[in-house]
Amino acid sequence: MMEQCWFRLNKMTVGYNRQPLIREIDVEVERGQIVTLIGPNGAGKSTILKSITRQIPLLGGSVILDERDMKTYSFGDLAKRMAVMLTDRPRTQLLTCRDVAAAGRYPYTGRFGLLRPEDEEKVDEALRTVGAEDIAGKDFARVSDGQRQRVLLARALCQEPELLILDEPTSYLDVKHKLELLAILRDMARRNGMTVILSLHEIDLAMKISDRIWCVKGDYLAAEGTPEEIFREEQIRALFAIGEGSFDPWFGSLELPAPKGPAQVLVVSAGGSGIPVYRRLAREGIPFAAGILYENDVDHRLAGRLACEVITEEAFGPVREETLARAKAAAGAVRLVLDAGLPAGSKNSRIRELLEEAERLGRLRDVSGGPEALEKALRELAGDSAE
Amino acid sequence: MSGTGMARAAQKKRIVTVYLCLAAALAAAVLIAIGTGSVAMPAGRVARIILLGEGSPEERSILWKIRLPRVLMGVILGGALSLSGFLLQTFFANPIAGPFVLGISSGAKLTVAMVMIFFLGTSGYVSSWTLVAASFAGALAVTGIILAVSPRVQSMAGLLVAGIMVGYICSAVTDFLITFADDADIVNLTGWSQGSFSGMNWGNVRAALAVVLVCFLAALLLSKQIGAYQLGEAYAQSMGVNVRVFRVLLVLLSCILSAVVTAFAGPVSFVGIAVPFLIRQALGTSRPLPVIPAVFMGGSLFCVICDLIARTAMAPTELRVSAVTSLLGAPVVLYMLMSRGRHSRRELSAKEDR
Repeated sequence: MMEQCWFRLNKMTVGYNRQPLIREIDVEVERGQIVTLIGPNGAGKSTILKSITRQIPLLGGSVILDERDMKTYSFGDLAKRMAVMLTDRPRTQLLTCRDVAAAGRYPYTGRFGLLRPEDEEKVDEALRTVGAEDIAGKDFARVSDGQRQRVLLARALCQEPELLILDEPTSYLDVKHKLELLAILRDMARRNGMTVILSLHEIDLAMKISDRIWCVKGDYLAAEGTPEEIFREEQIRALFAIGEGSFDPWFGSLELPAPKGPAQVLVVSAGGSGIPVYRRLAREGIPFAAGILYENDVDHRLAGRLACEVITEEAFGPVREETLARAKAAAGAVRLVLDAGLPAGSKNSRIRELLEEAERLGRLRDVSGGPEALEKALRELAGDSAE
Repeated sequence: MSGTGMARAAQKKRIVTVYLCLAAALAAAVLIAIGTGSVAMPAGRVARIILLGEGSPEERSILWKIRLPRVLMGVILGGALSLSGFLLQTFFANPIAGPFVLGISSGAKLTVAMVMIFFLGTSGYVSSWTLVAASFAGALAVTGIILAVSPRVQSMAGLLVAGIMVGYICSAVTDFLITFADDADIVNLTGWSQGSFSGMNWGNVRAALAVVLVCFLAALLLSKQIGAYQLGEAYAQSMGVNVRVFRVLLVLLSCILSAVVTAFAGPVSFVGIAVPFLIRQALGTSRPLPVIPAVFMGGSLFCVICDLIARTAMAPTELRVSAVTSLLGAPVVLYMLMSRGRHSRRELSAKEDR
């Protein structure tokens, strides 16, 4: 029970200039959890984080840290338990990356802020953890965005916090650095029991690293729960007000809206071979049908989002006569049938029959050989026959 | 790991070297400044007069009553001005901030002129402490105005333009006052209102030393907070700085320092920007603990040299010390602006490449 209450927002109301933005946030966080705030821009993710870090005053309620109201901590005491990483980047002059990281030892040093040997070691360790030892001597104002974020994370780690608050830590980073930074956080939470509260734009990443998700939208916290509870298609659609396109909770991916109109192409595939073809067709805006697909096939998942028609068969059974008839009808209605490749085992006689039918119609194109074959088929569709 | 260890050792060596050079240059400049004038005295003779009490009564009188107070004032006030600039730059997170460009010196000048005219007209005497208090009030008033304006002008340039405008207004009002003052006061006032280290007495030196020493020590005690504040207000608070208290202390300190200078020497320009910049470049770091004493010594050195030039270049006519500090300081500031521009352009183009 005590562990449960380690960090708690108790009917916290936040906002600027006495204007409440989000009211009565009432949630608990356990030690070592990673909590991610997601939600559209301007919803108040930063406002919540700034209220927790006491940058802006609370408009109501309280924040409880280790059974004490956060307001009762002195800034110095709080600095030993909570560290932050903010969106605005410090504009320094003539400070090395190591100087910036070492500033995190502030709560532990004496009157003049001189580093003792053990402080120096902590700084080295923090820089090592984030992989920034090699840039330690460089001017902080002159390093790249990715390096800067890592140094700022090292600075926060130097504070040896139990609670780490990060406001959109990935926003300036490329894919590689995003993954590295989140992996470090994951590691700190698992190994050191550090509690991490952060906001992220990338919902796919939020889904993968978080223990709890807070959805921020509207006057109240819209939803709170585990990623499995939160990342459902309807939830995410509603949270971000996605009208066109779709979000797939399995892949954690966002998809373009399906091209509209009668199918021009039938894609025959299995076991993932159809995915690049679907994406390419969706990008070109070419409406297509897909099948025959077993309903447990990974292709089936994506085809449901991108294809205008999916010819489905029940899992683990034979392809039935009526399903084949539907597929043959579809093959008759389209301009081309694309064979994206079938694993040897799935060369079901019925599917082979479908391909033979397409061959007979002169519409079968084998695109399993790679992107070139697919491009050739696309050119053919566009009208300027390559042959 | 050993790489950063070596880098740190090199940094330490650099700091020590800069300090040794500053100390040697300052000692030399002080000795030369004391020995130079209508009655020339070589450095050795100066040392003997001061330490052993040798020399003719005339020599001793010149040295003790005129030269020594003047040069010491240059040391004290020059350091104060430079330190005030450094503190203001920290406060506004802007390397071009300084007591002169922000109009703080001019505000102090206005109130000092008002007090001088009032007291010289009635009792004919003003104490050092009255001047300092008046100067402080003026400095604080202008800082208040600048602070009220600063949230509305986001850019660094906007802040400086506001400061320069306030400075002009204060200078204009001072000119009006001087025009309407009694003839007897004018000579005194105009000399002072243009900046000069002349006519200092030991009472001035003692008063200035007391105030500046306290402020210097206070700044040293704040160096840890200043270091945290260099990363921005929010980070400073998250590391345990009571930002509200710290900001008030910083403003008070820099106002007192620039007020002392203005009370005794009038407004002296560009020292507060040029010297901290040069010192930081020389030290290769902005960490406040090594920077603060060096900035003070650098300001002392700069002002002693400038005052020496002011009184010898066109002797027997004395130049305004502000003319010399501007002539030497403004090009440094220009260079600083240009190198900053180059860096930010490089950063921009690097971003575009990405």
